[in-house]
Amino acid sequence: MTSDPIVQATAGAAPGARIGQPVDRIDGILKVTGRATYGYEHRIGRAPAHGCILGASIARGRILEIDVREAERAPGVILVMTHRNAPDQPEFGAAVTATVPEVFTRARPVLASERVRYHDEPVALVVAESFEEARHAARLIRLRYETEPGAFDPVAPDAEIYRPGRTNAGFPTDSEHGDFEGAFSVAPVQIDASYRTPFESHNPMEPHAAIAEWEGDRLTVHTATQTVANIQAGLASTLRVPPENIRIVSPFIGGGFGAKLILHPETICAALAARVLNRPVKVALTRQQMFANAGHRPAMRQRVRLGADRDGRLTAIGHEVLASTARFEEFAEQSAVPTRALYAAPNRRTTHRLIRLDTNRGEWMRAPGEASGLLALECAIDELAERLGLDPIALRIRNEPERDPELGVPFSSRNLVACMRVGAERFGWRDRPLRPGSRREGRWLIGYGMAAAIRGNYLGPGSARVAIDAAGQVTVQADMTDIGTGTYTILAQVAAERLGVPLDAIRVMLGDSRLPRTAGSGGSWGATSSATAVHNACLALRQRIATAAASHAASPLRGSNAIEAHFADGALRLGARSESLERLLARIAPEGLAAEGSAVRGETYRTYSQHAFGAHFAEVAVDIDSGEARLRRMLGVFAAGRILNPKTARSQLIGGMVWGVGAALMEETVLDRRHGHFVNHDLAEYHVPVHADIPDVDVMFVPEEDDKGNPLGAKGIGELGNCGAGAAVANAVYNATGVRVRDFPITLDKIFPGLAAG
Amino acid sequence: MRPFTYERATGLREAAAAVAARPDAKFIAGGTNLLDLMKLEIERPTHLVDISRLPLRRIEETSDGGLHIGAQVPNSDLAADARVRTRYPLLSQALLSGASAQLRNKASTAGNLLQRTRCPYFQDAGMPCNKRVPGSGCAARGGYNRAHAILGASEACIAVHPSDMAVAMTALDARVETILPDGRARTLPIGELHRLPGDTPHLENNLAAGEMITAVTLPPPPPGRQLYRKIRDRASYAFALVSVAAVVEVASGRIRNARIAMGGVAPKPWRSAEAEGALADRAAGDRSYAAAADAALSDARGDGHVAFKIELAKRALRRSLADLTPDR
Ligand SMILES: Cc1cc2nc3c(=O)[nH]c(=O)nc-3n(C[C@H](O)[C@H](O)[C@H](O)COP(=O)(O)OP(=O)(O)OC[C@H]3O[C@@H](n4cnc5c(N)ncnc54)[C@H](O)[C@@H]3O)c2cc1C
Ligand code: SF4
Repeated sequence: MTSDPIVQATAGAAPGARIGQPVDRIDGILKVTGRATYGYEHRIGRAPAHGCILGASIARGRILEIDVREAERAPGVILVMTHRNAPDQPEFGAAVTATVPEVFTRARPVLASERVRYHDEPVALVVAESFEEARHAARLIRLRYETEPGAFDPVAPDAEIYRPGRTNAGFPTDSEHGDFEGAFSVAPVQIDASYRTPFESHNPMEPHAAIAEWEGDRLTVHTATQTVANIQAGLASTLRVPPENIRIVSPFIGGGFGAKLILHPETICAALAARVLNRPVKVALTRQQMFANAGHRPAMRQRVRLGADRDGRLTAIGHEVLASTARFEEFAEQSAVPTRALYAAPNRRTTHRLIRLDTNRGEWMRAPGEASGLLALECAIDELAERLGLDPIALRIRNEPERDPELGVPFSSRNLVACMRVGAERFGWRDRPLRPGSRREGRWLIGYGMAAAIRGNYLGPGSARVAIDAAGQVTVQADMTDIGTGTYTILAQVAAERLGVPLDAIRVMLGDSRLPRTAGSGGSWGATSSATAVHNACLALRQRIATAAASHAASPLRGSNAIEAHFADGALRLGARSESLERLLARIAPEGLAAEGSAVRGETYRTYSQHAFGAHFAEVAVDIDSGEARLRRMLGVFAAGRILNPKTARSQLIGGMVWGVGAALMEETVLDRRHGHFVNHDLAEYHVPVHADIPDVDVMFVPEEDDKGNPLGAKGIGELGNCGAGAAVANAVYNATGVRVRDFPITLDKIFPGLAAG
Repeated sequence: MRPFTYERATGLREAAAAVAARPDAKFIAGGTNLLDLMKLEIERPTHLVDISRLPLRRIEETSDGGLHIGAQVPNSDLAADARVRTRYPLLSQALLSGASAQLRNKASTAGNLLQRTRCPYFQDAGMPCNKRVPGSGCAARGGYNRAHAILGASEACIAVHPSDMAVAMTALDARVETILPDGRARTLPIGELHRLPGDTPHLENNLAAGEMITAVTLPPPPPGRQLYRKIRDRASYAFALVSVAAVVEVASGRIRNARIAMGGVAPKPWRSAEAEGALADRAAGDRSYAAAADAALSDARGDGHVAFKIELAKRALRRSLADLTPDR
């Protein structure tokens, strides 16, 4: 049983690899050689049975009849579980808003009643000796439903609109400063534009999967999660088992993007069935099932109103968001929140409203808030720049705030202007077509666009343990996850630097609930939070080593002043004397030494407005007849604090920018307004950019260190790349064609009617 | 996936006979379409006859200067064949515009012709679909039908045939060779391979039970220039919204010969006699091309999301013709 995942740099790893170096991923070799074990792949002691979920074919109503006899008789079938025989679970309970922590840990019963709340909600689980047998038997189940009319139109004119208590991540629902309506109505230049953004699906490459195994009343789950503690707590609530009896193991994750923050049906199904059968059970969602069962970004209509004087100074800025949510559980994406901090204007209004639909709940999808909100805001700013005849960069610089315009506190660091300037230079912004639709190369219309990026910087409280043994081997431990971002590597770098040892002396163990608890990977806080905990653990360990070295009877450094400890090149120097850690530990602590450190939110979390910034530049080509829009090149320039590893950081940002291209040009999960199901629920029909869509993406960093967020001076970057990226592409499409599409994604059918047939 | 039995075909005739012998038997070639549909239980064969190892992988010259393409020639091999690239460039272009490199390596020539529609309601067993369950209704009507048909559809079904290769072959007047379970061979023009849906959208082609495609033959390349143009939602790995396969020969400023087929618009690869008629012997130039495009789409109907395809197809046609005759 590979229950102790250890990732270690190979011996050849660059010895001087420190924080800030472009170190190769230390888990890279394991991954490319197939030795990194993912959720569904773990080999455990007893052979697991295979579960397959059957989803409802209606979106709202009741199961009247469920006939499982044929399925039970099918070859290989061990168990057919439905609401009639599933173990008792707590009620789902009243809607919890996304702001309270319970959303992460609440009971999420499955197969618990005859109610159907969304299309493809699990109505049965079939467990068989093989996956194929289970899948086949699932289709033999006969169901009769009573269908109730449901709400499936995210922009229905007659829908009942309500105001949520807070938005996701705990932001106030609305904000109002000055007199927005008054200022807007008298502004000499006005933009009033509505943008539609669609449902989108995360589609991590690895589907949600779990293997559950009970030993007595103790449960072990191998799964794919971004946050081990959430799954542990969620399962504890759902199964009515104390959390300490549940072990979650999740060392490698094939992408999460926010879809793996909370408990999903496959894990609960596996745990329930394994308990009933007293045998390990593994269950994965199919790709098709993921669209309904693993979260989505809500569909929205966003109205942005900008009032400015003729010089382009904003006098009024308004951003009103109307988004879909689920009838049974609220999720209010904070799409107007970035507007609260991006530009100065004395009169401001932001609001969030929701429409209840009979779908599954929305979830946190890479850059919740910014990804959707900046598509609207940053296109509106572009519209204003054009109306004013101003360079979009000049307009943004003109409205650069001194302090956070709504919180009134200073920014911890803000280098948006530098990003725009550096980017403009590198990209060749001055060559952009000044008049939309004016540059043609063969059959292509060429356009340039840009947009600003902003993303809140957060710290998630948590801790880490660092130990050193008598051989000088260092082990870093935390329940933190590496969802493909590079966490293993950067934590090794932090420990290597802080302890003054080579990278290949560091082993990193992650993704196990037995290890010190962290806030996991989410909200771009994973690297900074867990690296802070490791940093602090290293400091504590240094202290411990130095104290022992100065005082231990067997220490060659005995009698030195522990305060003057210096750790470098695998040795401890105290004053004038130095000793290798290996020899030192063998004498003073043959058992090894260990220390814990934690990350906590300090005062600066409140007294400063903390964000990472960036600027995106895109060049697109649009076919003169068909309206096919293709990216030609893209540049993102980012100021995101200290960059722990430029290589993994660059990959994160490129990935985010590609998401922006997808959001601008092709991604949409289509909800059928009659049946309430997501129609295009596979990767042939749900389009994400493929290689040919991404010819050239470049990333640059503006040097920055920010001492307000964490001792490393770093900021989160996992989501920054797709904040504003889509707007840059959309603005480039406009610049190419003169056709402004406010309905995302900008597919060719929305462009070509505006192009004169050429 | 339903349980099924499997056999590896030992010969052409044996393969055909094996499928004919059992009502729910099917051929499997590359499996890139059939297996996906079996997993979803859209296809539910009880017996599979694997024909992928039959000796049908050669591309040979015919005595009249055409090509004889074995039914098992992978799409990637066909696209890369030097004779195809020089003499039938539109076929190579069409193949390379389809699917992904991995799929093309696996996909066979015959399997490509007989691949089934990508209509998402067809692929979802929970939805009404006349093609899957005759009489159950058509969920695409009034639903999400952006990728559906504007020509040749019926009340019962508006699905399109998704193949690129077949559109190119249709423009080239390809012929499809088959073997019947009794061992007889027959040949049919590619235009007669697929059926229009009418009231029976579940019947998609004119092959008899157990009839197996053994080859596709191409007559000598038609005079003139050739082009395949595919319009789609992303740069690669997407089905055509509209595609055009065109061959045009111009002499002294007049169109001597034109072949026009379209993909993504109809339940079968759509050869447009109307467009060809409108071009015949006309002066090469935008006016003729516009007339041809209007003629090709004169019967087009687009209800719902798909309406945009009518204008898009016209543009694609006009542009393809113009691109084929740069110097006129
Ligand atoms: C994600 C994805 C994207 C794709 N994109 C495109 C695209 O852009 N353009 C495009 O054109 N295609 C595309 N395809 C489809 C692909 O081209 C087809 O799946 C492939 O050509 C089918 O060939 P095969 O040999 O795998 O057929 P199989 O799956 O083996 O068979 C398909 C059907 O043909 C029948 N059959 C096979 N051989 C014979 C024979 N000799 N005689 C009689 N019946 C036979 C089978 O019984 C079956 O019903 C895509 C497919 C996928 C999965
Ligand atoms: S268009 Fe044809 S294939 Fe699609 S749902 Fe209607 S009947 Fe079925």
